[in-house]
Amino acid sequence: MTDASRTMAAGGEAMMWKTIGRFAPLIFLLVLMLIFSILEPKFLNPTNLFNVMRQISITGLIALGMTFVILTAGIDLSVGSILAVSGMVAAAVAKGSLGNTLSLGEDEAVGYGPFAAMAASIAVGMFCGFIQGYGITWLKVPPFVVTLGGLSIFRGLTLWFSNGGPISGFESDYRWWGQGMVGPVPVPVIIFLVAAIVCHVVLRHTRYGRHVYAVGGNPEAARLSGLAVDRIIMSVYLIVGFFAGLAGFVLSARLNSSEAVAGIGYELTVIASVVIGGTSLFGGAGSIAGTVVGATLIGVLVNGLVLNNVSSYIQSVVIGLIIITAVAFDRFVKTRKRA
Amino acid sequence: MSSANPELLLQIDHVSKRFPGVVALDDVSFDVRRGEVLGLLGENGAGKSTILKIISGAQLPDQGTIYWDGKPVSITSPQTAQSLGIVTIYQEFNLVPTLSVAENIFIGREPLHFGRFVDWKKMRADARAITQRIGLSIDPDAPVSELSVAEQQMVEIARALSIEARLIIMDEPTSALSGAEVDRLVGIVRTLRSQGVSVMFVTHRLEEAMTLCDRVTILRDGKLAANLNRDELAIPTFIEKMVGRAASNLYSRPTTRRQAGAVRLSIRGLKSVVTAEKQRGVVLKGIDLDIRAGEILGIAGLVGAGRTELARAIFGADMKTADRFQIDGEDVTIRSPRDAMRYGIGLVPEDRKLQALFLQLAIRRNFSVASLDRFMRLGVFVDEAKEAAELQRFRTMMNVRMTGPDQLISNLSGGNQQKIVLSRWLSLDPKILIVDEPTRGIDIAAKAEVHEILDTLANRGIAVVVISSELPEVMAVADRIVTMREGRLTGEVAPEEATQEKLMSLMALDDATVKG
Repeated sequence: MTDASRTMAAGGEAMMWKTIGRFAPLIFLLVLMLIFSILEPKFLNPTNLFNVMRQISITGLIALGMTFVILTAGIDLSVGSILAVSGMVAAAVAKGSLGNTLSLGEDEAVGYGPFAAMAASIAVGMFCGFIQGYGITWLKVPPFVVTLGGLSIFRGLTLWFSNGGPISGFESDYRWWGQGMVGPVPVPVIIFLVAAIVCHVVLRHTRYGRHVYAVGGNPEAARLSGLAVDRIIMSVYLIVGFFAGLAGFVLSARLNSSEAVAGIGYELTVIASVVIGGTSLFGGAGSIAGTVVGATLIGVLVNGLVLNNVSSYIQSVVIGLIIITAVAFDRFVKTRKRA
Repeated sequence: MSSANPELLLQIDHVSKRFPGVVALDDVSFDVRRGEVLGLLGENGAGKSTILKIISGAQLPDQGTIYWDGKPVSITSPQTAQSLGIVTIYQEFNLVPTLSVAENIFIGREPLHFGRFVDWKKMRADARAITQRIGLSIDPDAPVSELSVAEQQMVEIARALSIEARLIIMDEPTSALSGAEVDRLVGIVRTLRSQGVSVMFVTHRLEEAMTLCDRVTILRDGKLAANLNRDELAIPTFIEKMVGRAASNLYSRPTTRRQAGAVRLSIRGLKSVVTAEKQRGVVLKGIDLDIRAGEILGIAGLVGAGRTELARAIFGADMKTADRFQIDGEDVTIRSPRDAMRYGIGLVPEDRKLQALFLQLAIRRNFSVASLDRFMRLGVFVDEAKEAAELQRFRTMMNVRMTGPDQLISNLSGGNQQKIVLSRWLSLDPKILIVDEPTRGIDIAAKAEVHEILDTLANRGIAVVVISSELPEVMAVADRIVTMREGRLTGEVAPEEATQEKLMSLMALDDATVKG
């Protein structure tokens, strides 16, 4: 009786905080866009906005996969290295060799084309994810440690494999995946948005998605509810590997080059996107929509700061502050909801 | 009220506390005298935790006065409470598991050499002296993580004594203790009382309030329901004041006994597998048990007897070996909860929050997590309409008080949460349902409802296994009771022949004295 009336009465205020908490990243993004558009009218130019989206599409793709991982209370620090190794493999497949050849054209066309390259890139990414997932589920090593190891291993493999240098110069049908446009929309943006929609549907509306949240929320309860906890944990590392592999391919297409040093430090931007988007590092709570907003927020911030001639060193500082603010705000809202 | 009565240590004088839209405490007055044990009773939501928070400095009252030693005080923080001599021991202990007993007792107040370095020798000696004061012999250097729950509680009490607490508040101190441990706690509380320390004892267990308390204060719906003196203490009175109506019998049997059907589960020689990781803990040493369709089998035993371990072994949650493990006469191998579910076994685990609930998730998701296969569209998508309809069916059947399927499960009371966990399993149509501590932390009205549900299930032909630390509960619910002790079955009793004394002797005495 008192329980019920208490819930009802406190409902109003708690509901308000709940709504604010849920939409905080989006509100913040819109406010930021408003400020930048006043400071620099060029900001709202569609070309600029698509440019922002293209810039975030690479880390954004990986952030989609990272959302799955973080929902299970895991983490993957190795995504930048996976991106590099799979991008390098994609390049080698496209070229048909490891030769650092800059030549283009029909006479040199001995490679396997963009689809084979993409498939190889994704396969390598997922293989990396599988190895790490194995370490986490079977060997019971914490994800932080396994993927910290992976960060080093996959980077080292890339450097060894490529002898430290880039593989550059692809066919136009390969480059299209990074540089092409469909109407006014850059291809990487389309890939990112389609992937985001698929991930959203998977997490929100499928049995698998439900299981991911359950495993992240309470692994012991999930096991006692008959879920195959290890298999689900393995799957999220395969998913993040898939996206890191795909991103490696798209990045190499965009740059027309696969660099052995590509993606260094990407894990920070990726994890920041997910966390700013409201996904809990403790697992069980978060969404793809939040991650898309989080990734966009970082992109808008960087772009706006560049347009306003703010030093790139300062950008880093600002992003760091925003990560902390976002999580602090989330905490604040949670205590309000409970009061 | 404010007139200085030297007997009174703490007076709560017309205290009220409002939260937005709700009155949590409404004009409550009671007092704690020097060297007495005061029981604080009330159903969930009666205002017990609010009054505890006010006394321990976590919240301030909106109205009313608190007197300490006859003087009005304002307890603005837990530090203020501590400096007055009020220490609260919550259900979740406030200990650092990696530190030693002595370190935990003196945390923040370590005896020092030269004002800088910890004087370990003195700390150990002081810790030993304090633990001896409550008749406890534990190594002051043992890490707290290696202690049993009961011993950890003693460490909390020792810490309270080390800061010269004059009032120790214990929130549900016996809920995690076995019978023998409860007895020891009772002894310690009596020792404290004889040393002039007052104890305020919050509990759900009326028998304990009866045996332990000098006086009892009962809250109901945020109001004072009764202040009872020693000669007024009686369990029927407690119940009447707590629920606001005369409860004829706390655990009345819902219906008559059933005839059990065929043997559903037949176990011979069930043993735990001891692995390197799981060396500590209770070991099953050969269990022979038959469980029949349409009966409620009660398993009674003290904490550590292996009741929960038996449930987990049957359900595949822990590793086991068995000479025979048959369901409906066929040999089956169960290595995981998934396997168990395939054979129609369900488990409602002991610790709702840690083992059953997904607290960040909605009721809907908590309900369907194990049975999503039943609500699928196109093989992969969850049919949310069908899911909600099924949840609604159970909500009506079990009288779950909730606002809707998308409400967070953490906003429900313990009783309603338990009903959702039961629904989770019932939506799978189990053949065998094991319920470990079905009514732990649930208020009296909801307990009766849960008992009725279990009874209905058995009537439908489900083999129900009920594990409970509360003997009256086992006796009321079960069609057949088996007792356990140290990983073995020690006896079987028909409920009409069962008395608490008889069961207790099977659960607690040596094999030599009881032939099981």
